[in-house]
Amino acid sequence: MSETIAASSNQAPPDTPLKEFWKYFSENRGAVMGLYFIVFAVILAVFADFLAPHSPFHQYRDAILQPPCWLDGGSLKFLLGTDDVGRCILSRLIHGARLSLFVGCIVVTLSLAAGIILGLTSGYFGGYYEAFIMRLMDIMLALPSLLLAMAIVAILGPSLRNAILAIAIVVLPHYVRLTRASVMSEKTKDYVTASRVCGAGPLRMMFIVLLPNCMAPLIVQATLGFSTAILDAAALGFLGMGAQPPTPEWGAMLANALQFIQRAWWVVTFPGVTILLTVLAFNLAGDGLRDAMDPKMKR
Amino acid sequence: MIQFIIRRFFYVFPAFIGVTLLTFSLIHLIPGDPVELRAGERGIDAVRHAKLKAEMGLDKPLTVQYIKYIRGVVKGDLGKSFVTKRPILEEFLALFPATLELSVCAMTFAILFGLPAGIIAGVKRGSPIDHTVMGVSLTGYSMPIFWWGLLLILFFSVKLGWTPVSGRLSALFWIDTDTGFMLIDTLRSDEPGAFKSALSHLILPSIVLGTIPLAVIARMTRSSMLEVLQEDYVRTAKAKGLSPMRVILVHALRNALIPVITVIGLQTGVLLAGAILTETIFAWPGVGKWIVESINRRDYPAIQGGILIIATLIIFVNLAVDLVYGIINPRIRHTR
Repeated sequence: MSETIAASSNQAPPDTPLKEFWKYFSENRGAVMGLYFIVFAVILAVFADFLAPHSPFHQYRDAILQPPCWLDGGSLKFLLGTDDVGRCILSRLIHGARLSLFVGCIVVTLSLAAGIILGLTSGYFGGYYEAFIMRLMDIMLALPSLLLAMAIVAILGPSLRNAILAIAIVVLPHYVRLTRASVMSEKTKDYVTASRVCGAGPLRMMFIVLLPNCMAPLIVQATLGFSTAILDAAALGFLGMGAQPPTPEWGAMLANALQFIQRAWWVVTFPGVTILLTVLAFNLAGDGLRDAMDPKMKR
Repeated sequence: MIQFIIRRFFYVFPAFIGVTLLTFSLIHLIPGDPVELRAGERGIDAVRHAKLKAEMGLDKPLTVQYIKYIRGVVKGDLGKSFVTKRPILEEFLALFPATLELSVCAMTFAILFGLPAGIIAGVKRGSPIDHTVMGVSLTGYSMPIFWWGLLLILFFSVKLGWTPVSGRLSALFWIDTDTGFMLIDTLRSDEPGAFKSALSHLILPSIVLGTIPLAVIARMTRSSMLEVLQEDYVRTAKAKGLSPMRVILVHALRNALIPVITVIGLQTGVLLAGAILTETIFAWPGVGKWIVESINRRDYPAIQGGILIIATLIIFVNLAVDLVYGIINPRIRHTR
């Protein structure tokens, strides 16, 4: 008898949700690498003023189109070389990280907040309101996101702020549909009925009872939303409809790179590699997050 | 089946009405006075302003304006471009074959490589091949395609000199564009080498435009294959002693293809959005480049008309995908 008690008390306490989550998440090596890269990018963005070797705007007129330091003609002063007006590419990339992550943050916050409200209310109230919202979202989904964003920018005028707004509107349907779908599947469960019987009002039902149980897919979508936001902002910047020069935005840095393609490959290559790595990191982390949070995947 | 088709058609109408409302309101949302924009001058005197306003139909109530707009749209009258003064529909139709040709080539490229890659990755789950395919496809999915285009130009056109940098055909040839599809037109013409030139102009843009669909198709095929391979009928087929090739290609693949077809259909929107960037990089004279130019020139009727046509196209492609899906998957058409 005493042996069995000892044996059961020897058992480790169950993992906290966070620990359990990390256990599944860290199994996925790609996801962990993605997370490390994101942390690295955030550090670069936050401390850009101290880490960047030069000002992103200062034009070194004596060092125009200087190649990276490991090539002939390069110098350690400009590790990744300079662009067509002599600005340090590395410094511009570091400051660009700040801009891109900022765009991601704002877009995800805006679209997540609006999407949750629209999705929760349409899933909860149903009826004509739901039909109206969902048809509206269907229409928005029928348009290619970049085209819709361009149309919005055409109305509002090209600037980084308008690009952010346009992208936030464009990605909205995904959050609305996701929230609504989760609400629909949660709504019929016993705990929801129980709190309704207890007399919970609509606001309490939506935001305190239902929302926490709908969060898992939303967190995954929000992570993946970062990559979409960064990619779309860069595309708009590239087309001259997002951040305007001389802002050190990654996409805008590529806008007139085509004309240097013959003589200065570094002007073309580095901003693109940076965009690719950042987007890839968010996609990897998002995939890992989905696997770690999906109960079906847990063994 | 008939009932399914009819029901699906009724979904199209609200979407179409919504898109027309969106494009209709576009002209009223733009900052500044549409009359001054149309006239191209500021501070025009009141009499002329009123006359122009009446000419544009902007003095009537919004509902009347909208009905008039819809009537025009149904008849194919999308207004005239501010810049070229030509009808929008005419401009669009002249450029559309170029975009269609590019999109078809890009999709062919994506299916040709994505499908086999996904099948192999699914069958050899966990192998180095699987990891490679998944890694490459995630990279492709994360690719900023405007940069990918620049990179390919840098390597293949500038460094190696294998492919031309931009355009649809070398300036050496003069081809009658009867169909608008350069590959067909050059084949029909008797200019030697013209077809080869058109083909070489298509390679890089197709790869660039096809990269994201390729990644999506490969990932989808893999996960769909994984699911199907665990089914009982696959085990039965194996137990009957059929060759592994036959089990995979006949028994498993046919069922695995159903979700893949939907994904391929849904990539149409992605393709058209990608065409905007791809055509801009490669100076491809298509619809995407035209829309970018229209936005930069603030040619509002062109933006309005272009968005309307593209959105309508996508709505109908989605409808077609749904119908095909209903035909190949009886479970869909019999629900509800």
